[in-house]
Order: sequence, then structure tokens, then C-alpha cells
Amino acid sequence: MVVRSLGGGELEERVSAGVSDSVEGSVDDALWINSSKVAEVAGFMKSDQRLDFNFLNSVSAVDYIDHFEIVYHLTSLNKQHTAIVKTRLNGRDALSLPSVYHVWRGADFQEREIWDLMGIRFEGHPNLKRIMLWEGFEGHPLRKDYL
Amino acid sequence: MTIRTEPMTVNIGPQHPSTHGVFRLRVTFDGEEILEVEPIFGYLHRGTEKLAEERNYTQIVTLTDRLDYVSSMINNQAYCLAVEELLGVEVPQRAKYLRTLTAELQRVASHLMGIGFFLQDLGTLGTPLMYAFRSRERILDLFEMLCGARITVSYMRPGGVFFDAPVDFWPALDQFLKDFEAEYNEIQQLILENEIVMVRTRGVALLPLDLAINASVSGPSLRASGLAWDWRKMAPYDAYDRMEFDVPIATGGDNYDRFWVRIQEIHQSIRIVKQCIEQIEPGPTRADVPLVLRPPAGAEAYGRVEASKGELGFYLVSDGGISPYRMKIRSPSLMNLTVTEHLLVGWKLADMIVTLGSLDINLGEVDR
Repeated sequence: MVVRSLGGGELEERVSAGVSDSVEGSVDDALWINSSKVAEVAGFMKSDQRLDFNFLNSVSAVDYIDHFEIVYHLTSLNKQHTAIVKTRLNGRDALSLPSVYHVWRGADFQEREIWDLMGIRFEGHPNLKRIMLWEGFEGHPLRKDYL
Repeated sequence: MTIRTEPMTVNIGPQHPSTHGVFRLRVTFDGEEILEVEPIFGYLHRGTEKLAEERNYTQIVTLTDRLDYVSSMINNQAYCLAVEELLGVEVPQRAKYLRTLTAELQRVASHLMGIGFFLQDLGTLGTPLMYAFRSRERILDLFEMLCGARITVSYMRPGGVFFDAPVDFWPALDQFLKDFEAEYNEIQQLILENEIVMVRTRGVALLPLDLAINASVSGPSLRASGLAWDWRKMAPYDAYDRMEFDVPIATGGDNYDRFWVRIQEIHQSIRIVKQCIEQIEPGPTRADVPLVLRPPAGAEAYGRVEASKGELGFYLVSDGGISPYRMKIRSPSLMNLTVTEHLLVGWKLADMIVTLGSLDINLGEVDR
């Protein structure tokens, strides 16, 4: 194995020192952060010399009925390590969190897709509109209560 | 006297031979020069992620065939790796080799199509495409021997592969490798140093490395911009840790480099296939897993492979049931499209078609 996955504890130590009040906890393989601090944490994780996460693999949203989870899979192509960062959004209506578009351009289509299929808005995304479905479609079909 | 001019907006697609599927580009032109581009897709959206929530883990293998339908083996592999990580299943050695072998054959088939259609987009009217298809057909014949299907193979299963290869598969594979060398040399002689190809593609639609990384571009398009990043090397799965191969890179990041990297990768894939044939040993081809899989509740896995288009990832979340609670597909074609606007603005209409061909997208995977 060349690529190493960073543990939650290791990430917590580094990120909580870099961005205050952003970390909510950590588990074995993931770091939990406050949803309002997503863009700041993303900016820090990208610019920090030791973390250096320059590549965003994927952004996923998971619907847990009473809350949503947004999962970021990150890789550092220079330091050759990966990380998983998660954040939680409570409730089902008018959900939003800061966009990471300005940190990683790769978030562009995936954030649009999450808005389209899950109905979560990303503040600061320059072109947040439906991507798979057409404008005027009602509802967000990947939610558990759709169908 | 001056003639009044104004920019014109044109829709390329959704039904257009050069878009490789149902894909639309809304382009604003000033004469022949491109001013603005907006990619519009979703025409082939079948809701694969939603469908997966209604099917059991084994059935989903058939859905993955229909993502990037010219490299179904690799899609199967990515999905099975994710499920195995979820279950903690160890795959038997023979199955690992069979997977590596078929995935590499599929990569050859997919790259042949990528190269063929790229040249088609350059205006070669079918000749190189048919040369590429000649070899690709042979690979599909081999797949037919393995599993009865040519395109939607569903050959792999969580825990291994569906069936061991039949005895007459091995001589047929040897024969293919023998013939392919000559066939592929012929294709390369026709196109690699071809002056028209060079003039049309060198220095066109440059993708700088920092943008490629920032926009999550992966696969041959990333390597053509100068970074040797290949998940087969960086986090070896199946039998790749026992394979010797190089990661071809180019530094220009133009259309020619993206095309050239694919041509070189075919050589490496053939190298891996040959090593698989040498190293494979008899044994079971499927781990002892039940027919209906139930991963533990709360388990999560992100299975990734280096697919022919780039990094293909499956993020699975289990709630302890027989279907995944959530399946997210990280599609390389979709991510690679992020840079279309940057690549196309400022170039001419004729370059647009070629550039789209050089990205080698597959709409089944973009729209899912």
C-alpha cells in the first residue's frame, strides 16, 4: 500500500488547531465537523502543509430521515494519503451548508447533483441548478420519502 | 463598409454523432470561435443510485454494467471491491487474477474505442475506427466465452467471479494476444506519427496540471497533464500488487497527449494480461459467501479502482438489510467534464468536437 488513510484522531488534532470550533468529534476513519465551517475547514485542509488535500474524490449525501450526512472523500496527491470528512445537517427542510467550490472546482457538478437529487443547498456555489433532472421538476428523488 | 456581426448560440446535441451519446453542449460562437460553453446532460439518467436501494447486493452487479457500458468489467470490479470491504470477505487468488485479467482486457477494449472515436471526431470517416473495432470484437468474443455476454457482462460477484474460465478460453486468449500485436502495430503506424493528426491536435485545448487536480480530473486525462497517478499503483487491489507495469505520462496536457497516453496504456494492459496468464494457478474462484448478503448495520465502504476513464468509486452505506442503504457512484466521466469550459473557450468549432473526443466520456456513466 502506497496510499495511507489518515485516522480521525490525527485529523482532529490538526484541524482543530487550524480552524477553531470546527471539529465535533472523530471516529476511527472519519472526522466530524460543524456544517457551518465546511468551507473554512476545506480551505485549511487544502492549504495546510502537512495535510495538503489537493484532490476532492467525491461528495456524497446520505438521507437518515431525521438528518442528512454529507461525506467528503479527499486525497493528497503530493503526500499520498486519504481522508474522510463528514458533517451532519439536522431536519429535512431548507437545508444548506457552505459550498467548497472555491476550494476544489471538482465539487461543481457533485454539489449540483446533491441539490438536484437530495435537496440540499450549497451557499456560495456560482451555478446551483438542477443537473440530472430538468428545471421545474418537483421534489428530490434520492430522498427516502420520495416514492 | 463594415458588416454587422453578433455572437450566435448553437446547441450541439442531444442527438449528434460527435457527442458519443445523448449529451448537449450549448455553445456561443463568434464566427467559428467559441465564446461560452455549457455542458448539459441528464438525458440518460436512470436513477441507478435509487434503483440500487431496492435491489440486493448481488443484483446490483447488473446495474453497474450499464454505467460505463464500454468497460463493464471494471465497473463490476469497483462495485465488488466495495461490497467485499463492507463484508470483510477475502477473495480467492484465482478470482483475483481472473478479475485483473478481464479488467485489463476491458481497458484495452475501452481505450481502443476511445482512440477510434477520437480519430472519427478528427474526420477520418471510419477507417481507424474499424481497425480499432476489429481488435475490440476479439476481446468481446473472449468475454462471451467467459460469461455468455459481450457488453453487459456481469461476470464478477462479491467474493470472486461467477464462473471459472472454460478450458478453451486460454488458447483463444493466447491466439488473441498473438494477433493483437500485429493488429495494434498496424493501427499505431497509421495514426501515431500521422501528420494530419499531429497538426490538428498538438497544442490544442491545453489542460494545466493544477487545474486538472483542482477540478478532480482523473485517469488518462490527468496523466496527460503530467502526473503519474494511477490507483492500480497507489492503492493496489486484486492482483495488481504482483504486476509489473509502467504508468505512461505526457506533460503537454493537449489533445494529442491525452490520445497518446491511451495508446501507451494499451501496451501496459497487454503486459499485465501476459503476467496474469503466467502467474494464475488452479483454485476456487469464489469465496464462500451466502447468496443474500447482509453487511453489518452502519458499515460503510468506499471501493475505488482505476477505470479506463479515471477513478471510479462506489460509496456504500449499509443498514444491515439486504440492499445498500445508500450507494453513491463517483463517476470519472462526470468529473472530467468539469473542465470542458476551460478546454474549449477560445478554440474553434472543429476543435470542440476533437477535444470532447479526447476526454473520452461515456454518457451512461455521466448520467447514471
